[in-house]
Amino acid sequence: MSKYPTIGESLRHQGISRRDFLKFCTAVASILALPAAMIPKIAEALESTPRQSAIWLSFQECTGCTESLTRSHAPTLEGLIFDLISLDYHHTLQAAAGTAAESAREAAMQGNKGNYLVIVDGSIPLGNPGYSTIAGISNVDMLKEVVAGAKAVVAVGTCAAYGGIPHAAPNPTGAVSVDSLITDKPIINIPGCPPIPLVIAGVVAHFVTFGQLPNLDSLKRPHSFFGQTIHDRCYRRPFYDKGLFAETFDDEGAKQGWCLYKLGCKGPVTYNACATTKWNDGVSFPIESGHGCLGCSEPNFWDAGGFYKPLSVPINGVIKATTGYALAAGAAVGAASGALNRLKRSQARQNHETVTITDLERNQK
Amino acid sequence: MNYIEFLLWVRGPAFQIAIAVFVFGISLRLLEILLLGRSPEYAAPRGSAVRGGFRTLLTRTMSEESIFRRAPLLIIAGYVFHLGLFIVILLLVPHILVFKDLLGFSWSGLPTPIIDAVAVITLLALFILLIYRIKHPVLRFLSTSQDYFAWLITFLPLLTGYMAYHHMINPYPVILGLHILSVEILMVFFPFTKLMHAFTLVMARWYNGANAGHKGVQA
Ligand code: SF4
Ligand code: SF4
Repeated sequence: MSKYPTIGESLRHQGISRRDFLKFCTAVASILALPAAMIPKIAEALESTPRQSAIWLSFQECTGCTESLTRSHAPTLEGLIFDLISLDYHHTLQAAAGTAAESAREAAMQGNKGNYLVIVDGSIPLGNPGYSTIAGISNVDMLKEVVAGAKAVVAVGTCAAYGGIPHAAPNPTGAVSVDSLITDKPIINIPGCPPIPLVIAGVVAHFVTFGQLPNLDSLKRPHSFFGQTIHDRCYRRPFYDKGLFAETFDDEGAKQGWCLYKLGCKGPVTYNACATTKWNDGVSFPIESGHGCLGCSEPNFWDAGGFYKPLSVPINGVIKATTGYALAAGAAVGAASGALNRLKRSQARQNHETVTITDLERNQK
Repeated sequence: MNYIEFLLWVRGPAFQIAIAVFVFGISLRLLEILLLGRSPEYAAPRGSAVRGGFRTLLTRTMSEESIFRRAPLLIIAGYVFHLGLFIVILLLVPHILVFKDLLGFSWSGLPTPIIDAVAVITLLALFILLIYRIKHPVLRFLSTSQDYFAWLITFLPLLTGYMAYHHMINPYPVILGLHILSVEILMVFFPFTKLMHAFTLVMARWYNGANAGHKGVQA
């Protein structure tokens, strides 16, 4: 099997006691929302499971997803991920560069063929392969090559999951998502701009403990984290229901913590775990800081008509022009039809034959 | 097309098409009617046209007592559903935001649970009216397929709106998108069905009333 030490071994190597190991397993159970009875089973699995080999590919991205993960304060649940995996290639985080880095990737691919996890952040440009390359290899080629020997693919962040900001109209690089290129491997999307680090850790923990990806929704997101909308779990919901809305970001309503719907909150259509897991070690989440949800974990959130436009409002900016033209066109056709009607009437008047008594008498005979 | 693309489509291009057809249709039909003109009135006036116009506006909006007694349920349901429709369309906050975006001004709304209750009552009233139409032999005889169609495209936005508010279909963007789409369908057919009465009723009633008033008829 693998040359990697088991997770138990590697934790012991770091000087972690049995007691702390069990704590670690409890933490895994908690992010997976599993009952406490499962903890011994998880401990057993992690004790004997080698650290999961993972290759992290970064394409057209802003590194925000990696930042999100690495900025998680150690030791936290989010930090778990680095104990669970052996990150064999990550061109931002690894010390090696150039040829050494690429050969690390190749070594991991060969040594763990069929077993490694590919984690992708960033979208893939199809417009011109030269738009984004690593060591002279285009993103699309590298993705296909690395995924060919993978056990599963994790698309981290909205760019990898749906194309993200690079995909925004007019999509100059022809950016596409991972799942539009890879169809023959299990894929999971963990969208978000950035994604919640705990969710990334949770998915990897699930993969390592159970050897497979968790249940997915129709957009290939893990159900356990993306099963409810922000609005479903928002603490401002009672204000929404009562019809109390902040009108501006600093009015009395905003100070009272009223609902941000009128200020463009996209919480009602956004499936994500922010409202429950929160950010920065559980400090708060955007709505708690007074800003509406942008909908960052949904496809095309960047093209949804503006972050400050209420959800119910039509998106298109040219509606006023359209309405004007339609009004004019309607009036023109209406006038034409009115003229036609008048013409018909005057013709009818002209063709009108006067009937005299004699005509009628003649007809009666 | 995933459900978010569907939602963006109904909020974007589909809405644009719907409002174009709606505005085109209304302006076409109003102009057509107005350009018909009125035939010259040769008779000497026997009463005030203006007073007649106003009177008919009022009397045709109120129900005549004898008629009311013959079918009270029908008339109450008719009022309830029209009033309910106005409240739901004009006083729900997300709707007001749409008007604000299109018209540039806004007004205050009612708390959503109140609108919700009104929507239920309106749905019930519409349902009663449909059953009445089917059950009553004369009304059924007079009904055309357009009557049922107009009923359906009025009923659907209310129903889908109610379902959206209560998250009865998941994921939520699907039902929200269907609600917006149902309104767009209504907008497209509005000018070309009897629903157009919303725009013509005032002038039609005025016209009849003014005619009668001119002739001195107590209509
Ligand atoms: S702030 Fe946003 S998510 Fe929260 S209740 Fe209001 S609309 Fe819903
Ligand atoms: S609150 Fe909304 S926009 Fe903000 S991070 Fe969460 S899902 Fe993304």
